[in-house]
Amino acid sequence: MMVQIKFSSIKGILPHEWITRFLFGGSVCVLAGLMAKWFGPEIGGLFLAFPAIFPAGACLVEAHERKHKARAGFDGTERGRTVAGVDAAGAAMGCVGLAGFALLCWLCLPRLSGAAVFALATATWFVLSMAVWWLRKSRIFPRRRPAARHAFRPS
Amino acid sequence: MTEYIIRFLVGGAVVSFFAVLAEMLRPKSFAGLFSAAPSIALATIGITIARHGASYGAVESRSMILGAVGFFLYASACSWLLMRKKVKALTATTALLPVWFGVSIGLLWAFGAQR
Repeated sequence: MMVQIKFSSIKGILPHEWITRFLFGGSVCVLAGLMAKWFGPEIGGLFLAFPAIFPAGACLVEAHERKHKARAGFDGTERGRTVAGVDAAGAAMGCVGLAGFALLCWLCLPRLSGAAVFALATATWFVLSMAVWWLRKSRIFPRRRPAARHAFRPS
Repeated sequence: MTEYIIRFLVGGAVVSFFAVLAEMLRPKSFAGLFSAAPSIALATIGITIARHGASYGAVESRSMILGAVGFFLYASACSWLLMRKKVKALTATTALLPVWFGVSIGLLWAFGAQR
């Protein structure tokens, strides 16, 4: 399956959606710092893996898909929720890369410079996430087909 | 105070960047990978190292692994609810946040107790 970048999607993002993401992201970063200050780095570290992008992203994906179907005259409620579910499945796959990023930081931060560790960890996150996604999309893991596709198959 | 203002501004910018990237990419399962990008870590670990040192950052990173496991279970549960039960995205993502917190804290308690 081809990966595409649709730059036109940026136009669909409303000003309040930009502001919400910025405020939410900034607030979580402050919260992570405060948690580390109040309860120590062990608790504060958990918040480095807080789902800051995913919840707002899933809601927007659902809303955009619903509007897209509504313009064509259909009720896109179910479709919107399914696409948000696919987005969530992608986020779950990305967590493998996120854990790889954290593992590399944990092992290398005391030994290498911060910039080198960041570069290596970001590359690890990217490669691991892509690898898991590619493995899931390839035929290595057999996928269950929805029952609806078989329902009207001629015997 | 300056540290928290920098955290807020850098964090907001990094999270917005990855969020927009996720919005532009197709298919949506691929875009979802960027919903789990290490945005908070990229925005804050640099500041943490500058203020508290690399070993402090390493301890935070160790906990982040457990947070990522919690995130995996949270996102998987959201995916199941959205695709199978057709629950509203806002309801699913908000109602299941305790899964992330509970799993992360539980793992930290379990691994912390073993040390």
